[in-house]
Amino acid sequence: MNGSLHLWLIPLLPFAGFLLNGILGRKLPKALVTAIALLAPLGAFGVVLNAASSIYMHFVPPGPGYGNISLPHVENHGTWINAGLFHADFSFVLDQLSLVMLLIITGVGLLIHIYSVGYMEHEDGYWRYFAYLNLFLFFMTVLVLAGNALLMFVGWEGVGLASYLLIGFWFRKTSAVDAGKKAFIVNRIGDFGFLIGMFLLLANFGTLTFSDIAATLTANPAWTGGVLTATALCLFVGATGKSAQLPLYVWLPDAMEGPTPVSALIHAATMVTAGVYMIARTHFLFDRSPYALGVVAVIGAATALFAATIGLVQTDIKRVLAYSTVSQLGYMFLGCGVAAYSAAIFHLMTHAFFKALLFLAAGSVIHGMGGEQDMRKMGGLRERMPVTFWTMTIAVLAIAGFFPFAGFFSKDAILYAAFAQGGTSRVLWFVGLVTALLTSFYMFRLWYLTFMGESRNHDVHPHESPWSMTGPLVILAVLSACGGWIGSGRFGEFLSPAVGTKTAEAGSGSLELILSIVAVLVAAVGWYIADQIYRAKPERAASLATSFAGPYNLLAHKYYVDEIYGLVIVKPVLALSRFFLEWVVDVAILGGLAWLLGGIALLCGAILQRWQSGNLRSYAAWLAFGAAALLLFVLLPWTSLLAGVGIHVGMVTHQ
Amino acid sequence: MNSNYAQLLQQDVPLSWYLLLSAVLFSLGIVGFLIKRNLITVFMSIELMLNAVNLSFVTFAHQWHAVKGQIFVFFVMMVAAAEAAVGLAIIIAVFRARATLAVDRIDLMKL
Repeated sequence: MNGSLHLWLIPLLPFAGFLLNGILGRKLPKALVTAIALLAPLGAFGVVLNAASSIYMHFVPPGPGYGNISLPHVENHGTWINAGLFHADFSFVLDQLSLVMLLIITGVGLLIHIYSVGYMEHEDGYWRYFAYLNLFLFFMTVLVLAGNALLMFVGWEGVGLASYLLIGFWFRKTSAVDAGKKAFIVNRIGDFGFLIGMFLLLANFGTLTFSDIAATLTANPAWTGGVLTATALCLFVGATGKSAQLPLYVWLPDAMEGPTPVSALIHAATMVTAGVYMIARTHFLFDRSPYALGVVAVIGAATALFAATIGLVQTDIKRVLAYSTVSQLGYMFLGCGVAAYSAAIFHLMTHAFFKALLFLAAGSVIHGMGGEQDMRKMGGLRERMPVTFWTMTIAVLAIAGFFPFAGFFSKDAILYAAFAQGGTSRVLWFVGLVTALLTSFYMFRLWYLTFMGESRNHDVHPHESPWSMTGPLVILAVLSACGGWIGSGRFGEFLSPAVGTKTAEAGSGSLELILSIVAVLVAAVGWYIADQIYRAKPERAASLATSFAGPYNLLAHKYYVDEIYGLVIVKPVLALSRFFLEWVVDVAILGGLAWLLGGIALLCGAILQRWQSGNLRSYAAWLAFGAAALLLFVLLPWTSLLAGVGIHVGMVTHQ
Repeated sequence: MNSNYAQLLQQDVPLSWYLLLSAVLFSLGIVGFLIKRNLITVFMSIELMLNAVNLSFVTFAHQWHAVKGQIFVFFVMMVAAAEAAVGLAIIIAVFRARATLAVDRIDLMKL
């Protein structure tokens, strides 16, 4: 017997916040807007915590009284679509996977809401910002709680919308508006894949409910590959769009045009991980298709390396973090690709902590520097912003994978899973290891450039941020430091009912130990190189850039991917639109048709207007003529006349 | 002679004569309506047509011993009276405005 956990409150509280602030916010006092905006995620977080504690009580033995919740816990809120054989409900599912996701989303979301109060304090459209942020939480929780793919798609599209609105929050800035459009369009390409995947699911399973699909697959153990591969790959296309993987990652770096807390929440901690979540949610499909899993793993590893190399030379502090996000998401897909879903979700969680922290700390730096984002103009912030410095240091250590910070455990779990699978996966493990080296290097580069050395900008006087900003930093720093101590084994055990048990079958402990020592050594090498270049001899960076001008320019221009996409896709599409669609279809065909219809009407009018002479006697004459004609029609014996020439008319006339 | 006259009076006028008269009156009305330039004459032509129709109604009512035709005549007379009131008022208004009653010159609605 399942007691109700009131799961519907989790999405609806933020939605109520969105409606209140979105409709009335302009007129409400700022304090009230803040209160509404903070209460919504706080309430949602409370409901999630309540659910979590109920579940915890269920699993910890103290006995009856608590044991009324069993997972997966389904709450159905009515039928949505009931058409023929197709059926879709407003059903929310809470299992181990969605519980972890909800804790991350509402928890980190709440912290970032609090941070935003300080960060956005002087902005116009304060209410608009929080309305959008609450809207995002609404859609994201719907996405995570959805019990079927269709409801998930609603959340999926909705977070895309919220992301678009928030990237273009400063809508007077052309670059921000363009970035918003780019994010939306690129996401649409991915969503197309998701849609096709859903159609394939519907065609082959007749349902979109995850549990039903899983049950069908369990009932047919021999069913592998083929259409399942196609379905899985289509869903993966959706994931590459939302989670910024090759080849659809291009929108994420540009999304940094949005406010920094948004980058932290949406474009680092939560929304971009939706693709990973989706693959974990539909893992039963991927498990049946080794080919699809291979594609996921290769794309993940390739993205991780690719984005990390670009991150090496970026000078905008937020862009470094953006490419780092793309790279870390690549790790998660690598984890999914070797069927280590719980490791991927584990990394998703720790990444949410330290990447949110990195972005918020970067936001604090930008705030303190008066809007400056170029790392070359920073430096020496260590004394000026001690809280930001120390929390950022923890985050850097965590993402670089140093023991005992969170990133170490999760990254290690993924790399170990890749190595343990053997065969060609060892290549992917090596790629992951190289990426770890690069990650460590570019993060310490950021760290040195921002906080160490002498200030390179004497125009601004940096100051520490208010408590509403540093508070979340400290909490996230604690999580980044300790979040990994759960251990991937225990975490995998907890998740195993939801995502399968593959990773729980841990191999030899000594192999894992050796691999983790190698990973830490590699991270230390990255730190050492960064230290040699950016601390010991700061002028060395420039000389290296000139002596390796070719590769440096290639990286600085992000492999010219935007330019190539522009040349290969955008320009032909634009040309097609301008010349074919505009001139042939729009002007010639549609416009021509409109002119033709108008012309006919005009011509008829020109002829018939002669009738309306305004001359009374002409009207009278027509009247008389008409009356005479009618009379003739009625009185003449048409039937007999026509019958005389052999025509039979079926109408009754005057006899 | 005298008896002949009395005999003649006792005889019914044939139906066709009434109808013929009605047709002649109606045709005169149409012709007047079409060719006259003076608005009042045109108006009178309309009245002529109405009364020609009335004559037909009465004739047929008498012929078929049906009272409906006679009742209809009253309706027509009533409508004609109302129409005359409105029509004459318009004519007076037009004359005041344009100082003419020639229908050819009352053509402001022409394109």
